[in-house]
Amino acid sequence: MTTEILNTRRLLCPLPVIRTQDKVKQLMSGDIVEVVGTDPGLMQDIPAWCRINGHKVLDLRSGDYEYTVVLEVVKVDI
Amino acid sequence: MSKQRKAVALISGGLDSMLAAKTVMEQGIHVEGINFYTGFCVEGHTHAIREKDKAKPKRNNALWVAEQLGIKLHIVDVIEEYKKVLINPKHGYGAHLNPCLDCKIFMVNRAKQWLAENEFDFIITGEVIGQRPMSQRKNTMPIVAKQSGADDLLLRPLCAKNLPETLPEREGWIDREKLHDITGRSRKPQMALAKQFDFKDYAQPAGGCCFLVDKNYSAKLVDLWQAQGSKDYQLDDVMLLKVGRHLRPASHFKLIIAREEGEGRFLQGYKNEYIHLLAVSHNGPLVLLDGEPSAEDLFLAARITARFGQGREAAQVDVAIVDKSGVERIVSVSPLTQTELPKSWYI
Repeated sequence: MTTEILNTRRLLCPLPVIRTQDKVKQLMSGDIVEVVGTDPGLMQDIPAWCRINGHKVLDLRSGDYEYTVVLEVVKVDI
Repeated sequence: MSKQRKAVALISGGLDSMLAAKTVMEQGIHVEGINFYTGFCVEGHTHAIREKDKAKPKRNNALWVAEQLGIKLHIVDVIEEYKKVLINPKHGYGAHLNPCLDCKIFMVNRAKQWLAENEFDFIITGEVIGQRPMSQRKNTMPIVAKQSGADDLLLRPLCAKNLPETLPEREGWIDREKLHDITGRSRKPQMALAKQFDFKDYAQPAGGCCFLVDKNYSAKLVDLWQAQGSKDYQLDDVMLLKVGRHLRPASHFKLIIAREEGEGRFLQGYKNEYIHLLAVSHNGPLVLLDGEPSAEDLFLAARITARFGQGREAAQVDVAIVDKSGVERIVSVSPLTQTELPKSWYI
């Protein structure tokens, strides 16, 4: 299990989602991604993307005009 | 047992694509959404930057639609590929720099590529004949199908009964009778269908999803192209054109002036790549300078910076000018007066 920090500072919605989507594609179930950005939309869009795709949101943090979403990758073999 | 057929729906986040996808899902087809990010999508930018927009919901409408429909959504970054569409559109521009017909052809073509890569069977769009003056007319519908290469793999469920049969209809995957015959600019049929599907909340319809249909934004992009002598752009250009007042006092430099705190914060992220100015004796906006200014130009830029701050009525304002390497110097200037600021400088 790995933890990856994904820097999306300065990017605006939906680019943080696209970068998260691309990062998660490379990871395994159980891996953790910490998405950090400056777009407050991150706090709605990443959880929405996780709900659609079955990933788990572990934490949401904000402060000093930065926003962080921590998610756990869930991949189900069909 | 018959094979489960799969369709990919172009999801913009608006009502029409939501209804189109739902119409097909109702027929037992597995639907997934695709959304293309060109760099010019209005989604998010304005919400994220400006303080005055903080009260508005910051949801991404395409994601929200997908969630309401219970489908997966694939958001695809097409920023680089989209350049050739915008820079040289075969079918020309609309009222501003909006290459709507070429854009639709491009997106359907990209969806067709995705279809092949993911073993899906056909494409759905929310197009309606007569809905849009450029890309959704009776005579442009076949152009989109043909020039995208999608041909009869492209199903428009909202107006399908007014169009020739497509492959999914002919093959019996889709019952044509359960599709629709909506035409024209009225939104009433879509509203009625939304009610039928019990969709109570949806993004307001009609056209405002692309910066390229905006007159002021398009003027700034034309200005950028003229200033750099070529029709090209980077993602940062696209972002910065949306933020602040843009003033071009001379052909070789322009100023981007934050209009409020949110924009100032956003511009902070770019200040190491530009010469930037900030009044230090009075409150005032962060100003980025794009171009190669002379010493005289910098002095003028400082006076303009002072003009847009709280020291505009003061005799002297101290302005910090910081170059790209971070070296700062302070100049004392008299703020530019109203009469010294020609309207023609505003882009």
